[in-house]
Amino acid sequence: MSDAPSPAPSGGNPISQEAVESAVEAALAAVAGASSTAELKAARTAHAGEASALAKLNSLLRQVPGPEKAATGKLVGSARGRVNQAIAQREAELAEAETAARLAAEQVDVTAASTRWQPGARHPLTLLQEEVADIFVGMGWEIAEGPELEHEWFNFDALNFDEDHPARAMQDTFFVAPPERHLVLRTHTSPVQVRSLIERDLPVYVLCPGRVYRTDEFDATHLPVFSQFEGLAIDKGLTMAHLRGTLEHFARIMFGDEARIRLRPNYFPFTEPSAEMDVWHPAAKGGARWVEWGGCGMVNPNVLRAAGIDPDEYQGFAFGTGIERTLQFRNDLNDMRDMAEGDIRFSAQFGMVG
Amino acid sequence: MRVPISWLAEYVDLPEGTTVADLHAALVKVGLEEEAEHRFDVTGPVVVGEVLEYADEPQSNGKTIRWCQVRVAPEGQRSADGGADVRGIVCGAHNFAVGDKVVVTLPGAVLPGPFPIAARKTYGHVSDGMIASARELGLGDEHSGILVLSTLGLDPEPGTDALSLLGLDDAAVEVNVTPDRGYAFSVRGIAREYSHSTGATFRDPAALPLAVPGDGFPVTIDDRAPIRGRVGASVFVTRVVRGIDPTRPTPPWMASRLRLAGVRSISLPVDITNYVMFELGQPIHAYDLDKLAGGIVVRRAEQGETLETLDGQIRTLSPEDLLITDDSGPIGLAGVMGGATTEVSETTRDVLIEAANFDPVSIARTARRHKLPSEASKRFERGVDPAVAEAAAARVVQLLVDLAGGTVDPLGSGHHSFEPPAPVELPEGFVARLIGVDYSAEEIRSALARIGAQVEEHPAGLRVTPPTWRPDLVDAPSLAEEVARLAGYDRIPSVLPVAPPGRGLTRSQKLRRSVSQMLAANGAVEVLAFPFVRREQNDLFGSPEAGEVPAVRLANPLDAEAPFLRTSLLPGLLEIAHRNRSRGFVDLHLFEVGATFRPEPGIEYGTDYIPPIAALPTREVLASIEAGIPPQPRHVATVLTGAAVPKQVGQDAIPADWRDALTDVQRVAASLRVPVRAVQGRHQAFHPGRTARIVVDGPAGEETVGWAGELLPAVAEAADLPAVVAAAELDLDRLIALSDPDPHAVPIRALPAATQDLSLVVTMDVPAGDVLRAVAEGAGELLEDIRLVDDYRGPGVPEGTKSLTFALRFRAEDRTLTAAEATAAKLAGVAVAAERFGASLRE
Repeated sequence: MSDAPSPAPSGGNPISQEAVESAVEAALAAVAGASSTAELKAARTAHAGEASALAKLNSLLRQVPGPEKAATGKLVGSARGRVNQAIAQREAELAEAETAARLAAEQVDVTAASTRWQPGARHPLTLLQEEVADIFVGMGWEIAEGPELEHEWFNFDALNFDEDHPARAMQDTFFVAPPERHLVLRTHTSPVQVRSLIERDLPVYVLCPGRVYRTDEFDATHLPVFSQFEGLAIDKGLTMAHLRGTLEHFARIMFGDEARIRLRPNYFPFTEPSAEMDVWHPAAKGGARWVEWGGCGMVNPNVLRAAGIDPDEYQGFAFGTGIERTLQFRNDLNDMRDMAEGDIRFSAQFGMVG
Repeated sequence: MRVPISWLAEYVDLPEGTTVADLHAALVKVGLEEEAEHRFDVTGPVVVGEVLEYADEPQSNGKTIRWCQVRVAPEGQRSADGGADVRGIVCGAHNFAVGDKVVVTLPGAVLPGPFPIAARKTYGHVSDGMIASARELGLGDEHSGILVLSTLGLDPEPGTDALSLLGLDDAAVEVNVTPDRGYAFSVRGIAREYSHSTGATFRDPAALPLAVPGDGFPVTIDDRAPIRGRVGASVFVTRVVRGIDPTRPTPPWMASRLRLAGVRSISLPVDITNYVMFELGQPIHAYDLDKLAGGIVVRRAEQGETLETLDGQIRTLSPEDLLITDDSGPIGLAGVMGGATTEVSETTRDVLIEAANFDPVSIARTARRHKLPSEASKRFERGVDPAVAEAAAARVVQLLVDLAGGTVDPLGSGHHSFEPPAPVELPEGFVARLIGVDYSAEEIRSALARIGAQVEEHPAGLRVTPPTWRPDLVDAPSLAEEVARLAGYDRIPSVLPVAPPGRGLTRSQKLRRSVSQMLAANGAVEVLAFPFVRREQNDLFGSPEAGEVPAVRLANPLDAEAPFLRTSLLPGLLEIAHRNRSRGFVDLHLFEVGATFRPEPGIEYGTDYIPPIAALPTREVLASIEAGIPPQPRHVATVLTGAAVPKQVGQDAIPADWRDALTDVQRVAASLRVPVRAVQGRHQAFHPGRTARIVVDGPAGEETVGWAGELLPAVAEAADLPAVVAAAELDLDRLIALSDPDPHAVPIRALPAATQDLSLVVTMDVPAGDVLRAVAEGAGELLEDIRLVDDYRGPGVPEGTKSLTFALRFRAEDRTLTAAEATAAKLAGVAVAAERFGASLRE
């Protein structure tokens, strides 16, 4: 502070322009020289604080003769303003640099990131089952369910399977011991048709997905436990054209706009006429082709009678197919055992979405 | 059903060059689905040769070969392979003489195997082809020597194409016949169906002259126990042919057709009966007339009666079995298999032919009972045309006369009692209303006429009498199917019906999805196990206490070791965990949502009756059926082994343990919005100190909804898993039922909260959860939240005690709480804990 302004001669202006300029220069040099917020704080105290040269000059303003007061006041005010601005600017610069340095120090290797969350997965069969259900719910249908361990009447008789029908033979059906009590593991989801017709008010439009059982040995092409979905619509005036329309709509949502349905005559006890349905699968591996997809037909009047419905008033259609089969050709799976063994890699490749 | 093309062509016009693929394409349109293609795998130059001379040449290996000169083309002409007309051929067989006509496979031919023929050096000669046996040609099993054509009654010119001579150039389609179309188990039926598909002209093979009516052979139908009211035999035709030579060869055309149809050639009389069965669909049985004792009686078996069937087995009969008997007793299992005593043999001279029609149900039951599915039973089960028996018998007679040298005898019989098909009314417009296609009246009439029905006009539409071979046509929809089928299903348009507005997924369906999503989102992999388990597995996991757990047992399990249906999902999950570990995956978190089968003790499930088809059972009957089905609650279960969090940068591995099982329980509970609570529990499958019984508090007290914790190490070891296996299983259906669909919202209090910590010292045996509940109860309404944040044992707290630290948050509805108010509430909580568990404030 050796260059602190000395008091001016009495009667004259005690604040000289030189003194002000000198104080400002000293202040700016100190601010510019501060290399940390701590040094800047010291510079602020020295050059803008109460004991600084500029503050002292400011305090002399009272002694400035009248005619020069305004100009001198302006001179000092502007000088203080310049210093304060420089301090603020330097402060921002230093803060920015310090933040940048801290962030630089905090750098991590994101490719070494920890994953405390382990990916889980849904089983593609249940996902597909949900996907199919959603399509039909979107059409106003409802999802009906029934027991897997079922009474023979629901599994066979109500579906117009004669008591001597070959499908009832031991080689296809799991019977509960003793067989004379007429309980079976359902061989198809069709018993849910009859349950729906008995329990619900007409008209009925339901989809029945679920697990079914056949006494097939477990191998690459057979599962003793598998899943199906079955559709049933009973209303006034439904025809086989409505059956095809429903299947075609469904197929287009599942397999793309070019998907089509082809019907071939077949036989099922619970439909008449009956048909085998093939779907034109536009995205099939190796090129678009027809794929056997399931069975369908117009509900046999005897099934309606079993549910207490007058077949002269109501009629409708039913269709059914295997969920495994659908997954198999949609996702190009060869070995059906993969769907049943529970290897975590199998579900993992589908993740959370079907 | 397999049908050789040449056979089919006899009864329906096939375009020149029709292939198996063409036939499949035509037949699938009318509902006969492609199964396979069959052919003799013989190609290339295979010709008739004449043995001109041979020399027997003994070899050092003990064999004697014949070095033959064989004419394989007319003198001076090129042979089929472009070579010389006489070839030197080495032959190992000796069953021929100079002048015999044989089959020569020339170089370039390929025999089944595949076995390509080429000129090759052997036994010091170049053998320029091969003389073939019937077996080498794929024609039969005869391998006692080469095929000498004179044994087949053939004497063709050398060089003749042997493939066409022997029918080896034929091929067969195999189609799947649905159970309603028994008539299609015949060339007759397939030819008719081909005609339906293509419009080609059909010639009915059953339309043949029934020359000898046959009379005088005593046949009695004496069915005193008809099954389901149907007499066992509705048609029984017999014919007699005398003086046959059963040792004559079966002509090659017949042998090759039978071979393609899937049966071996056995002897001429047997081949003829099989041939007629394939051609007309009518199973035929031939008896050696000399071995029959008296006339034939068709009756049910008596309890304990036995019969030795053709396959040499002695069978104990059931009173439901329909028998063919003579004075000696049973001589055949009607429609299924003949008996040994009256079998046609090579000494048979006179034969009795049986062409009968047996009740499908009776035959099906007998075939199943004796595990004797045969070509005959297969046809009877599905229904044989009752009107074809006479024609079939006549056809057998004709073939026995023509091929076996027999003469027709007027002896025979003809019993016919079948019901003619009942007419079906087809109301006008019915077909269009069902199919959705406006077929013309002419189309409908013509389609029905083409399938063989008689169609008459009727005041309300048509009156249709189905043909005798279509027992499946019993109502208007079955006729509509025929119209749609013959017109082609491609005619059916695509119309999307509009369902009435639906209600979406049920709450249960939505919640189940939510649970699965929640678990998968938290790292668990969904699996689907088979529900078949061993008794011990159910007894261990199905109940917390030891003892036999009621379970459903299958009468015919795939694995006799695991005949029970699961009462718990855990056995399946443990097996899948083990499978994954054996494939190298040690850190596992699996879950399954699925049905369990939980019969109540002491209840006899099922019913001793089945209500009839085509009628709604009474309310009472339906209720008893429902009551007879065991409960099948859906469960959710999870299993963890290995690391819950694997070792990674800056993080050691966190092994999965009981906490992870409890976390999964909380995840399930959260996704269902059901408040569950863990209490210290005991379960035989779980670690005695690390078992949580999961309860829900309800108005009627706490209800157990599942178990969680670590499995008993011995249980884990028995499952071949590491000692620590965390597991949880919950009754999902019950939890869903307990989930409040419409909880009343509590107003959110915006006023400041007061938070306080609390450390209480209790003896070690006091569960922290109980202390927490006591504090919460005492603290009252101001307490908004309480969590256990520490459990400290060691220096600073008395021996045998622990210090539990809780974080509490208080808030009032209407004011900012003072610290004093919060403290007072806290101390009220402490007071309850002190009273109940002797808890004291730490320090």
